[in-house]
Amino acid sequence: METISIEGTPKTPTITFDINKGFLEIKGRSIPENSIEFYKPLVDWLEKYASKPQTSTNVNIQLEYFNTSSSKCILDVFKKLEAINKSGSQVVINWFYEEDDEDMLEAGEDYQAIINVPFKMVQVTE
Amino acid sequence: MLNIYDFYDKMERNNIMLSFKGDVTSELLTSILQIMESKLDTMQEDPKIKKKVYNVLVECLQNLYHHMDEITPDLNEKIRAAIFLIGKIDNQYTIITGNYIKKENVSGLQKRLEDINQLSKDQLKEFYKEILNNGEMSMKGGGGLGMVDIARKTGDKLNFNFLPVDDQYSFFSLNIKIS
Repeated sequence: METISIEGTPKTPTITFDINKGFLEIKGRSIPENSIEFYKPLVDWLEKYASKPQTSTNVNIQLEYFNTSSSKCILDVFKKLEAINKSGSQVVINWFYEEDDEDMLEAGEDYQAIINVPFKMVQVTE
Repeated sequence: MLNIYDFYDKMERNNIMLSFKGDVTSELLTSILQIMESKLDTMQEDPKIKKKVYNVLVECLQNLYHHMDEITPDLNEKIRAAIFLIGKIDNQYTIITGNYIKKENVSGLQKRLEDINQLSKDQLKEFYKEILNNGEMSMKGGGGLGMVDIARKTGDKLNFNFLPVDDQYSFFSLNIKIS
């Protein structure tokens, strides 16, 4: 199988999806004007991955900034992960936030309340 | 002819760091955000404040970007223009935006903003999650999450105004403070 990646830009995050290892990482900033267009490939890959997932799936979300337009797309990604978790692959979402960034921690907790997948809040020191 | 010094002086006295009037494009926003980010770095702003200002600025400017679409580009070119100012007085940042809005859309937006202003911090959190989880995602943006997010992040009421311009349009202004 393969690794899929999208390189980051000033408005979009770097996405790495290693299908063999069951590892997905979204890192950087996500503030595009049109988020649906940006996240569509990732949602499609997850759809494909869901048909034959690894026994465990680890997800790292390490965002510095994200806009409200991205927030719905991130929820769509999490909903796909929720379905993958339900169908047998053990999913863990690691939500990274910088020390003192209460808004980012709170955003992670908002998702945690909506999505039925184990979340780990990981504090990083600047 | 405009007295440019007068204009400069007004901006200086109001501590305007950056201002723009014109068509708001995706490329413009990329540049503005980069400029503001490096300004905040140069000022050695507290990372916490820097993040808040940047986040709220993204939402304010993308609001302008998305809502300019609603204005038909025909006939009146000036109608497509928007304005924004970013200033800092003492330890408070101010973001002011202004754009034309069709009269028929005024009452809907006004009602939404007034509703948001009725909510407490916890209610805003719940409202945000409700729109996030159940709301219709528009092709344009977060489907109404932007203003809720601004209210949440600033911890302040949304300060807005609608000024009638002609029989078709009003001018919508939003004044956001971050401290």
